[in-house]
Amino acid sequence: MEYKSKKGWLYLLPACLFLGIFMVYPLIDVFIYSVEEEFNFASQTYSGVGSFNFSYVLHDPYFLQALKNTFILVIITVPVSTGLALLISLALSSIRKLKNLFQTVFFLPYVTNTLAVGLVFMILFKKTPYSDGLVNLLLGAFGMTPVDFIDGPYWAKMFVLCFYTVWIVMPFKILILTSALASVNETYYNAARVDGTPKLRIFTRITLPMISPSIFYLIITGFIGAFKAYSDAVALFGVNLNNAQMNTIVGYVYDMLYGSSGGYPSYASAAAIILFSIVLTITCINLLVSKKHVHYV
Amino acid sequence: MKVLLKGLTKVFPSRKKGGADTVAVDRFNFEIPDGKLVGLLGPSGCGKSTTLYMISGLQKPTSGKVFFGDDDVTELPAEKRGVGLVFQNYALYPHLTVQQNILFPLENLKGKDKLSKEEMLRRAAEAAKLVQIDQLMERKPSELSGGQQQRVAIARALVKMPRVLLLDEPLSNLDARLRLQTREEIRRIQKKTGITTIFVTHDQEEAMSISDCIVVMKAGVVHQTGRPQEVYDDPINLFVAKFLGNPPINIFSGRVQGGKLLLGDDAVLSLSGVADGAVIVGVRPEGFIPDEAGGLCCSMVNVEVMGRDITVVSTHPAFQGAAIRSIIASDAGVRREQETVRFRLKPEKVLLFHPETEERIRFQAE
Repeated sequence: MEYKSKKGWLYLLPACLFLGIFMVYPLIDVFIYSVEEEFNFASQTYSGVGSFNFSYVLHDPYFLQALKNTFILVIITVPVSTGLALLISLALSSIRKLKNLFQTVFFLPYVTNTLAVGLVFMILFKKTPYSDGLVNLLLGAFGMTPVDFIDGPYWAKMFVLCFYTVWIVMPFKILILTSALASVNETYYNAARVDGTPKLRIFTRITLPMISPSIFYLIITGFIGAFKAYSDAVALFGVNLNNAQMNTIVGYVYDMLYGSSGGYPSYASAAAIILFSIVLTITCINLLVSKKHVHYV
Repeated sequence: MKVLLKGLTKVFPSRKKGGADTVAVDRFNFEIPDGKLVGLLGPSGCGKSTTLYMISGLQKPTSGKVFFGDDDVTELPAEKRGVGLVFQNYALYPHLTVQQNILFPLENLKGKDKLSKEEMLRRAAEAAKLVQIDQLMERKPSELSGGQQQRVAIARALVKMPRVLLLDEPLSNLDARLRLQTREEIRRIQKKTGITTIFVTHDQEEAMSISDCIVVMKAGVVHQTGRPQEVYDDPINLFVAKFLGNPPINIFSGRVQGGKLLLGDDAVLSLSGVADGAVIVGVRPEGFIPDEAGGLCCSMVNVEVMGRDITVVSTHPAFQGAAIRSIIASDAGVRREQETVRFRLKPEKVLLFHPETEERIRFQAE
């Protein structure tokens, strides 16, 4: 038994080794960086251990802006994208004709490069000396005043960012939800029909509980993904996100490390740890809520 | 509630262009008397489930009509027919408890039929008690055995007091012991509630043992209807004769010549009323009587001791199939060591069929 268990560990060694080097060690390192005060990158020295880095980050207006942006993004995009994806999946699973075509169309954004899509969005929304952008032309056609979505007011930029994020995360959600809907056994619907169940009640009492594990999965990964948003903002507003007031927490971490004002691994680590604890808290809340509402069969 | 099926037909159009359509049910005519338990019996793919679904309203007949009592319900959707349907896999909602499952149909009632919460609970408790699952109300379906799930499904179908109860292969998901128990249970519940009940099965024993009436189907066509014993004793064709009975009927190729029935060279029966020529001969396993002077001489293969009876397994040159199985009393003195065994046949257990049409040929024994 003793020998056998040792042999087992031997098999696990490659996986443990790689996980250790590329995951566990960096995690621990980030934590260490985040508590080392006045760390000097060149000489690799620090003056003491404490919570100064955290207090600095939490008082940095750029971080607070990033925190606010991230929260708005999460709160808007996760429910909207999941809800829309559910509606589209329901529509997709109730049609026969052109189903494959629509599935392909809805899935296209998933295989399209983020930055390329960002460019397309710029064309749609950006105001240049030559053109107001496609969306503004439309707004104008309905008699509304054009808005500069890329360099204009905060709410307009936030709108574009949310719109973009929803659009980019939807295909995956639609994919998951259509397959979840397809896997619900037809006899449950037949049974409900024989019992004279109204359509809405079938949806809320049968369909939703049956696909709740998939929805829950999408909400958890949606939250985590939205908290980690960065490339979407870059694709729309360029690399100088602080100036555009459009930075996210991950963007802040990146700027602290490599940005023009960068070179502060301690602050970056502290921000990363803060992000980690936020995501952890939200995920724990999600798990608690799910106990009641998610049905694993 | 009497159920009347008039020329009920279901055609499934071919998936491929120009392919042949599938006729699942072909001009089904039948009247199911009020308060009876009827078994739809046939091999898989014979259209019996389709018939059941057409009665339930889940599938629309291509042509023909369904009447409940005097009401034509053909155009009525499933939810308005007032049928209770128990699915083969029970279709219990896995995320709801037993009680919630049973309450589900009641909570759908609207308008003047709407029930108070107390009334719903009372009726659910009543239905649960009827099928003896009142101890399990708080469990989830996954925490129940197959037999218990089956009962919950029946309770859910009964709780709204349906006009007709339909059961689709109710016993196929149960193990042998539970199957025996549950079929008695279905019989008991049906007798107690007096609801006209139609159930589908491919197991002839199941249908024979509990039905008031059986309907034998094949390839969408009804072959014979009647009380189980009648159909067993007096099948109208070879298919029905072969389908009913366990062990199955023994089929020989025989010949009628000068008032004698010949199996190979053995003259086994004197008869009249049949023209000379080839016939298919079916002999029920219980139709063999060991007799040293008997006309049928078979080669012994084995004797299987069952306790009360023994099964003699033997072969004969005119026999179609692997081995003749005959059930005889254990004290008849047939031993394994014998090389041959001679039988006399009970005339009422011998059935003749036309070799081409496979229709029954009736005869008088002499």
